[in-house]
Amino acid sequence: MYVAVKGGEAAILATHDLIAEARRGDQSVPELSVAQIREQMGLACARVMNEGSLYDLDLAALALKQAQGDAIEAAFLMRAYRTTLPRFGSSEPVDTAMMAIRRRVSATYKDLPGGQVLGPTYDYTHRLFDFALMDTPDVMVGLDPTISGQGTSSTNASGDARVKPEHDARALDATMPRVPDILGAEGLMEAEVPIEGDPRPFDLTREPISFPAERDVRLQAMARGDEGFLLGLGYSVQRGFGGNHPFVGEIRVGEVSVEFVPEELGFAVDLGDLTLTECQMVNQFAGSKDVAPQFTRGYGLSFGHSERKAMSMSLVDRALKAREFGEAADYPAQQDEFVLYHSDNVEAAGFVEHLKLPHYVDFQGELELIRRIRREREQRAASEQETLPEAAE
Amino acid sequence: MMTAQTILSPHPEEPRSGVSKDAPARSETSFETKPPASPQDEGCGETKPAYNYAYLDEQTKRMIRRALLKAVAVPGYQVPFGSREMPLARGWGTGGIQITAAIIGPDDTLKVIDQGADDTTNAVSIRRFFQQTAAVKTTEATDEATIIQTRHRIPEAPLNPGQIMVYQVPMPEPLRKLEPREAETRKMHAWAEYGLMQVKLYENIARFGEVTTTYDYPVLVNGRYIMAPSPIPKFDNPKMHMSPSLQLFGAGREKRIYALPPHTSVKSLDFDDHPFRIQSWTEPCGLCGAGDSYLDEVITDDHGGRMFVCSDSHHCETRRGQGHRGAMLADASALHLVEETKP
Amino acid sequence: MLPQSQIGAGFSDPVFQSQAAFRALLAALSEPGTRQVMTSPVTPPQGLEAATAIALLALADYETPIWLTPALRDGPAGAWLRFHCGATLIENPADAAFAVIDGATDAPLLSTFSIGTDQFPDRSTTVIVQCAGLEGGRSVTLSGPGIADTRLVAPDGLRSGFWAEVAANAELYPLGVDLVLSHGNTIIGLPRSTQIASPEHASPEMLETY
Repeated sequence: MYVAVKGGEAAILATHDLIAEARRGDQSVPELSVAQIREQMGLACARVMNEGSLYDLDLAALALKQAQGDAIEAAFLMRAYRTTLPRFGSSEPVDTAMMAIRRRVSATYKDLPGGQVLGPTYDYTHRLFDFALMDTPDVMVGLDPTISGQGTSSTNASGDARVKPEHDARALDATMPRVPDILGAEGLMEAEVPIEGDPRPFDLTREPISFPAERDVRLQAMARGDEGFLLGLGYSVQRGFGGNHPFVGEIRVGEVSVEFVPEELGFAVDLGDLTLTECQMVNQFAGSKDVAPQFTRGYGLSFGHSERKAMSMSLVDRALKAREFGEAADYPAQQDEFVLYHSDNVEAAGFVEHLKLPHYVDFQGELELIRRIRREREQRAASEQETLPEAAE
Repeated sequence: MMTAQTILSPHPEEPRSGVSKDAPARSETSFETKPPASPQDEGCGETKPAYNYAYLDEQTKRMIRRALLKAVAVPGYQVPFGSREMPLARGWGTGGIQITAAIIGPDDTLKVIDQGADDTTNAVSIRRFFQQTAAVKTTEATDEATIIQTRHRIPEAPLNPGQIMVYQVPMPEPLRKLEPREAETRKMHAWAEYGLMQVKLYENIARFGEVTTTYDYPVLVNGRYIMAPSPIPKFDNPKMHMSPSLQLFGAGREKRIYALPPHTSVKSLDFDDHPFRIQSWTEPCGLCGAGDSYLDEVITDDHGGRMFVCSDSHHCETRRGQGHRGAMLADASALHLVEETKP
Repeated sequence: MLPQSQIGAGFSDPVFQSQAAFRALLAALSEPGTRQVMTSPVTPPQGLEAATAIALLALADYETPIWLTPALRDGPAGAWLRFHCGATLIENPADAAFAVIDGATDAPLLSTFSIGTDQFPDRSTTVIVQCAGLEGGRSVTLSGPGIADTRLVAPDGLRSGFWAEVAANAELYPLGVDLVLSHGNTIIGLPRSTQIASPEHASPEMLETY
């Protein structure tokens, strides 16, 4: 008697062991702690929180550790956990005008109330390797001598004698109005008017979306969309696949507090702080016979310090407003269905990668067809060959 | 950091935790599927979740169940649903898994197949998921199963009344390859404007002499909706027509559910002068000798050697158990396809 | 509204009782005309058949507005559904995801409920019709998806013209309401896909089958 050989289950369990081994790497090298990832890989954690749609630095760090630093796999872990969490309610809207600023830059004004605050940024680093980071344990991570103003002269041979830069010491202004609000006060900026009745925003993680999609759906999809995909789309808008001419009205990074109003208390309770990055792009808009010319807005908001994501989002947000402004929607970044269906990297990765699952039943169908069509074609050719001499006569 | 613990009470717009039927499941019905955090993960070791029976929370199950009831009421129509993010990858059966999770109970016996076989890797993975989260009885025997979750095949043995087939669907929209925009295909279904599909099939015939679609071959359901049968080979399409079992289709990534009640007309699209026909092979299964089953091709060496074996592994085993022997059965143990056991 | 202490019990084991109730509903709507028994023990409020109460416990929640007759809505049934399901009870029948009507009374007509839209026919009301009995009434022949050939049903105590309404509803296919007839702990599903034939050729022997 013959029975089928079955190895599927054992093979799958073995892959789990092998991935654990690969994740740990060389055991003579100390293991990373989640706290180390949280503190020293903050930008990676921010990306995982954005694309995982969950603000939790510790879980983002754990996800990165478990996923060996694979951002999409880490976002997937966050999402699969997030979906099981009970919903207790909706917070009050956060107020970014009240943000405790860490960084704030505007490209539209040389100076403005609150000033330009460069804060932590790689913008003006020269992308030269800081080899001191490679194997010296006591170097202050992130203080690149090319921007600290200290130069190499003040560091010793191992580069560990860095000091905090001077500008850290100056206190920031207490209030920093948002640039679009300044334009808005002059009537030059498209107003953000809540939908009538100010309904609760749509949640695409709970309900299926339909098209055309409203702006709340679009913004939610982009906030959790793939940074690379939005970057490419935003770039395409700039290069001409979408006719916008954006200026960075403002980018701000900092902490905002989250408040919740429990039904039985009736007043807001502070739940804690979130680090957010907000980008508002100012775009040209000609206006119409009825509407005086105004600037239009592209908006991006993301968790953590994530400027590239917020900027890309704000470019695409403006492009997707084509329908509202009666503009032609000829390009991918202007088409809500294209952007929303393809920006989710967990879905995209799953479907692309599912191609490695067995498909041999379907492939067998194709094999059967192509062999038969070729065979029939040869037979046809052969019979035509036979009849050819007669035809020549 | 925001955690559930810091949040105090329900919001009127949100599901109320005080609703009586959403009380937590009994302790014996919750399953710890996460390993405890490692000691080195300091700063992170807070709560470990205990998942609900069959993973999904009760509110999600109700949402899926409501979609399923509308799906059976309008056979072949794709019902949008709030597809949840699952712990398995999109494209790997999350639609089928959500349906199974919403319908399964302690009285069920589950069979999971992929490519017709119970031991393909993803079938094993999904079966393990339900063993862990729903402590469900599983089987490889088609006739013992009350729920059969499948990817790409319908079992060879006729299905019975009371059995439920759950299909994993990657692309639920049969018109998608003709029209990429959902906003447009939805209108085409609404008005039963299916001319584009006829044109595509006919162009196919003009070019190759036949319709060259070999799997996911479109069908007309109950005379009204064109439906994607999921990527089953067209060999299996006739099994759907007037089947005595209930057939449910889940597309997780595309967030659609659709259904065929038992005894529903399912017609593969064709033309009078080019009738629908299914695949056939010139040789029978090398292991069990079956001449009427769907066959997989197995390459046996690098000199063009090959054999054909049943894709439905349980069907093939059953036949061998009944004494049917294929021409290559003895050779097959050398290929580790089967193993000879001493009686 | 009633104090909570006067509201009867719902499911004692929500996970498995919801699942069992749903499977009965799934069987009912996928095999129209078959009688399906809802076995979960609940204490239905006054005015709701046990099967009606169990079906709503299994399916309704804060996402599904329910329409009840004013008498039910303002009485124990309304309080019971609000408490156990967290459901909104609404006045406009066209907005209802679920509705409960008395099959014997003249109003409301089935046509007052939502039939869905061309593009979203699933957005229609599921109407639970409470009857005096699920057998012994005038027999009607059903056909369509879920029915191998034809199937006979004979629910009792339905208003005259009820079957004409059901037939008119089936004419709207793929739009239309879906019906669940309910009596005691038993239900019969009548989705919009079911065709209603004339009752003449029903014989008593055939009725026994179902």
